[in-house]
Amino acid sequence: MKLGELKAGEKCKVISVGGAGELRIRLLDMGIIPGTTVQIMKYAPMGDPVEIRLRGYELTLRIADASIVEVEKITEESA
Amino acid sequence: MKIALIGNQNCGKTTLFNRLTGENAHVGNFPGVTVEGKVGMVKGEKNAFIADLPGIYSLRPYSAEEIVSRDYIINEKPDVLLNIVDATNLERNLYLTVQLMEMQVPMVVALNMMDEVRAGGGSIDLDVLSKGIGVPVVPISAAKNEGISELIEVTLEAAKAKQLPAVRDLCEKGPVHRCIHSLSHMVEDHADRVGISSRFATMKLIEGDMEFIERLGLSQNEIESAEHLVWEMESEGGLDRNAALAKMRYDFIEKVCAGAVKKKGESPEHKRSVKIDRILTNKYLAIPIFLLILMSVFYLTFNVIGAFLSDLLAAGVDILIEKADAALTAYGINPVVHSLVIDGVFAGIGSVLSFLPIIVVLFFFLSMLEDTGYMARVSFVMDKLLRSIGLSGRSFVPMILGFGCSVPAVMATRTLSSERDRKMTMLLIPYMSCSAKIPIYAVFAAAFFPKYSAVVMMSMYVIGMAVGVLAAIIMNKFAFKGTSAPFVMELPNYRLPTAKTTLRMMWDKAKSFMEKAFTVIFAASLLIWFFTSFDLKLNFTPDNSASILALVAKAVEPVFAPLGFGDYRAVIALVSGFSAKEAVVSTLGVLLGASSSELPAALSALFTPVSAFSFLIFNLLYTPCVATVATYRKEMNSHLKAFGVALLQCAVAWLVAFAVYRFGILIVG
Repeated sequence: MKLGELKAGEKCKVISVGGAGELRIRLLDMGIIPGTTVQIMKYAPMGDPVEIRLRGYELTLRIADASIVEVEKITEESA
Repeated sequence: MKIALIGNQNCGKTTLFNRLTGENAHVGNFPGVTVEGKVGMVKGEKNAFIADLPGIYSLRPYSAEEIVSRDYIINEKPDVLLNIVDATNLERNLYLTVQLMEMQVPMVVALNMMDEVRAGGGSIDLDVLSKGIGVPVVPISAAKNEGISELIEVTLEAAKAKQLPAVRDLCEKGPVHRCIHSLSHMVEDHADRVGISSRFATMKLIEGDMEFIERLGLSQNEIESAEHLVWEMESEGGLDRNAALAKMRYDFIEKVCAGAVKKKGESPEHKRSVKIDRILTNKYLAIPIFLLILMSVFYLTFNVIGAFLSDLLAAGVDILIEKADAALTAYGINPVVHSLVIDGVFAGIGSVLSFLPIIVVLFFFLSMLEDTGYMARVSFVMDKLLRSIGLSGRSFVPMILGFGCSVPAVMATRTLSSERDRKMTMLLIPYMSCSAKIPIYAVFAAAFFPKYSAVVMMSMYVIGMAVGVLAAIIMNKFAFKGTSAPFVMELPNYRLPTAKTTLRMMWDKAKSFMEKAFTVIFAASLLIWFFTSFDLKLNFTPDNSASILALVAKAVEPVFAPLGFGDYRAVIALVSGFSAKEAVVSTLGVLLGASSSELPAALSALFTPVSAFSFLIFNLLYTPCVATVATYRKEMNSHLKAFGVALLQCAVAWLVAFAVYRFGILIVG
């Protein structure tokens, strides 16, 4: 599934970062790389963008941009 | 000795810079770009010059800030890099550190916010960290002024000893490792020749930084075989070049952190931020709270503090004028000189000074909102709204400030990192009707639409914004093609800004306005004085209707006739509105020989309700005051562009007023 399809509070693990160009490099530079654990914190009042937590800090990005990140949901059992 | 201060955004870099430098620091642009940087001398040290590079997360050559920083290090060859790192956010901050290490320039890491780490029960083994990255590490708290003198000592020492970062192999054995090593052999000689570390050149080669690769002067053959090596790495490792490098760097950082971070703790600031955000970015409360904060800022700026200071200054200037007037009259000076001093010089000074308190007070609040971290939340909450006009949430606050005063609003676009967004926001700001236009609306609404004055006032704001949205759509289509910079933004923890940082920002902004705007506003005031005080034969004339300006205004009457106000007095009022919008009403009063109570009746002789509305529309949309144009000139770094923008705004105002007037006549008959 894609980052941005998860609900607030859910955690996931990054599988791959797709897309191209500046956006993709920004996401990689900010630490969204295969294997990183990401938690969805909240969605903005108008439903977009989304706030995520990774590597001990909070980052916001637009849902459309987050959809280039393929993730795997971490359920309670697997964690 | 040259020190380059470099670090992520939100890591306390500005606070550290203010701690390190004395009062001598000043703001300047980096050559050729509108990226702002500060330079100063280290306090208590002779000849230690320090440059504050822009806050960046990476050295990839995408934003202007990243290119400026990279080029500064390569071209200016600082003696030492002072890399400030947020200890509460170690992994992400070290990502830049790792890239800086590759440049092989003497370097020191200032580990900031160590007090917060300790307060949260965490601990970091500095020796392990320092050994891990091969660079001296000094723990500091810039906010609490702790560890600064030791930091200066270590930094100067590293520079004097030319102590290079110890080389660390970032990658484990594998395809990436093999690729880096083969390539670094290939580029070694080239890199040496241009004085760049071969490690850094290798990374840029893998990243495909073409502009940089050209400087290395590789042969076509070498470029092709480099491509081949990178391609092999990609297919063997299963990750493309960019992901492979990012992963290599973060893997290395994770390993270093696993050793150095003895105990993880959640800083109290983070806990507090999560709590505050439960309210401030709450689904239902976020927008009402933002509006409330915004209204308080405006109220305090324009009605309480700024107004008080403005009145005080105005009273001071008035006393000065009175004294000068009396002295000049008593002396029996030539009436031309008398008028020059009173109506020209003092009027000019007065209009410059009237802006100053508002700028200082507004930037005080702005600095509070920015440095506490609230501005990032506003961008987060409002992003979706602005996306529809091709901007991002970051443009929201500067645009909203436009409702107060365009000058600080345009200055506030400095916080936008993308050049495209900055220019677009700047051009849209005047469509947020500024507070100086309110008296014009009020007088005309009372004179022509007494029953509907509130509706007329509201319609001005709505029409202004509508034209702004339209302008944004047109700009997106033609002038600013391409997408805006990606909206990938950190939400920093809420922190109280230090008094020094806030005060310095207010001082810098006030100084920048005075320096750059003063001459332009002053010159414009003198010009307007000249053209209103002399007739064509250059005789001094106290009668405004005989002045050069009146003659010119009469000549251009036909231009404004289609808008319903082809009268030279209306034209003169518009011209004087260029020096300050407040002057429109007072000029009309003088030209019609009416006191403020007689003005509504006198205006009826000049305007019909429809042409009055058209006049208001023109006032709403035409070139904002000379102070704004002067600010444009400074921020765009071009006389021609600022002039072009002013002209364009007049054209837009004419077209819209024309349309409204024609439409109005159709309806009213």
